[in-house]
Amino acid sequence: MAIIRKLGAATLRYLRITGLMGLFLAKSFLYAVIPPLKFSRLLKQIRFIGFQSTLVIILTGGFSGMVLGFQGYYSLSRFGSEAFLGPMVGLALIKELGPVISALMVTGRAGSAITAEIGIMRISEQIDALELMGLNPYRYLIVTNLLAAMISVPLLTAIFDVVGIAGGYLVGGKLLGVGAGTYFGEMASYVKMDDVLEGVYKSISFGILIAWVSCFKGYYTTELSGFGAEGVSKATTQAVVLCSVLILVWDYFMTSILYR
Amino acid sequence: MIRIEDLHKSFDGNAVLKGVSLGIKKGEVAALIGGSGSGKSVLLKHVAGLMKPDRGRVFVDGNDMTSLSGKKLTELRTRLGFLFQAGALFDSMTVFENVAFPLKEKTKLDSEVLRQRVSRELEHVGLSGSEQKYPSQISGGMIKRAALARALITEPEIMLFDEPTTGLDPVIGLSILRLIDASHKRISFTGIIVTHEIPRVFDIVDRVALLLEGKVYFYGTPEEILSSRDGVVHEFLHAKTARASNDEKA
Repeated sequence: MAIIRKLGAATLRYLRITGLMGLFLAKSFLYAVIPPLKFSRLLKQIRFIGFQSTLVIILTGGFSGMVLGFQGYYSLSRFGSEAFLGPMVGLALIKELGPVISALMVTGRAGSAITAEIGIMRISEQIDALELMGLNPYRYLIVTNLLAAMISVPLLTAIFDVVGIAGGYLVGGKLLGVGAGTYFGEMASYVKMDDVLEGVYKSISFGILIAWVSCFKGYYTTELSGFGAEGVSKATTQAVVLCSVLILVWDYFMTSILYR
Repeated sequence: MIRIEDLHKSFDGNAVLKGVSLGIKKGEVAALIGGSGSGKSVLLKHVAGLMKPDRGRVFVDGNDMTSLSGKKLTELRTRLGFLFQAGALFDSMTVFENVAFPLKEKTKLDSEVLRQRVSRELEHVGLSGSEQKYPSQISGGMIKRAALARALITEPEIMLFDEPTTGLDPVIGLSILRLIDASHKRISFTGIIVTHEIPRVFDIVDRVALLLEGKVYFYGTPEEILSSRDGVVHEFLHAKTARASNDEKA
């Protein structure tokens, strides 16, 4: 009986959190479309989430492309199809690896910081102070992060893709001898606009996901993760883990929807 | 101006407020005293509309804070000032930016006028020269002063103080109480001060409410509470006064 009671309590708790998350996202979008927009805060967050993540995106993009160059070349050479290295690298990066790895990198670098910042603001009553000044914390903290992530993640993904394709060429072309004409020419033939758009749709949705989970975990730190520094630490870890898992799960659903 | 009617609040089954009723007239300042964990800060947050009660009502200038939401609640809050226990200054902003923040966000004041208003408010609380410092670079007393300046810069009609002297040494604590008194004389707000600063707070308030076991046990003027023959009131005041005098000696 006790087990059933515990199971019921846990189910109710998770249902409540899921409902709370749904309402949180709905409210965030609502305040995003109702003016005024905190434009200077939005620019600050684009700088933080987007511009300041550029280096890590260039590094991961470059090395991912280089690995793909190696793996792709050796796999394709077994079938005598080295000429298709360009389309393989391009399609893998644009449709899948670019959006997913960029989102995971942004989660680790910016998502965790967003949760920690909002969590600290929550435990030190700074969010209450905002409310008491007659300011809407959603408008000030959540909407700006949501829009900044929606703008930044696709742009970072584009950088990741370009650097990755260049990395693939560096290995496949300069090191292993695939010609530039073959590499880029075949890529241009096989990579279509729909493939590019698939990557763009995915990266926008990942941006929403990162901002949603990170802000939610920070905003509800005291209610869901605990008090003080320990609460913030827990909330940050939970945000990164949940974001990373949801990115991969959502990627599967997006891929299956976009393939139809 | 502030009327609390039969307020009840529980957390995880633990009743903190068990039917609090209280009334504060316009321009009056009331001290809310009581033991630790007696629900003083919880009561204050209900007045500010930061918490919703399980039962009961809180009226601020005739508006029921327990049922207000959205634009109406926001509008009413612009008439409120709140001094948080730990200041709640925005730690990524300087003292100047913190104090300027409410005006910058809620008004369209010219930057020069804004600068003058902030400088004047910082001068009132004795923080001239600390404008460019961050909250982590100043002392606890200075944080409270900066938070007071931020709360007062909009000249609120109602000021709520959550333990304004907690964590400060007696001298700094006294200076904060004097600042509150001076600002009351300047702005004439209606106020509630949650405090353990007994009996010093009695010099600056019009009324005292003693909260015991989730209810208002005594409500009257400082003179009435000091001359009360009620055993519980007498024991509480005696214990607090003895502690305060020990703190001062230390």
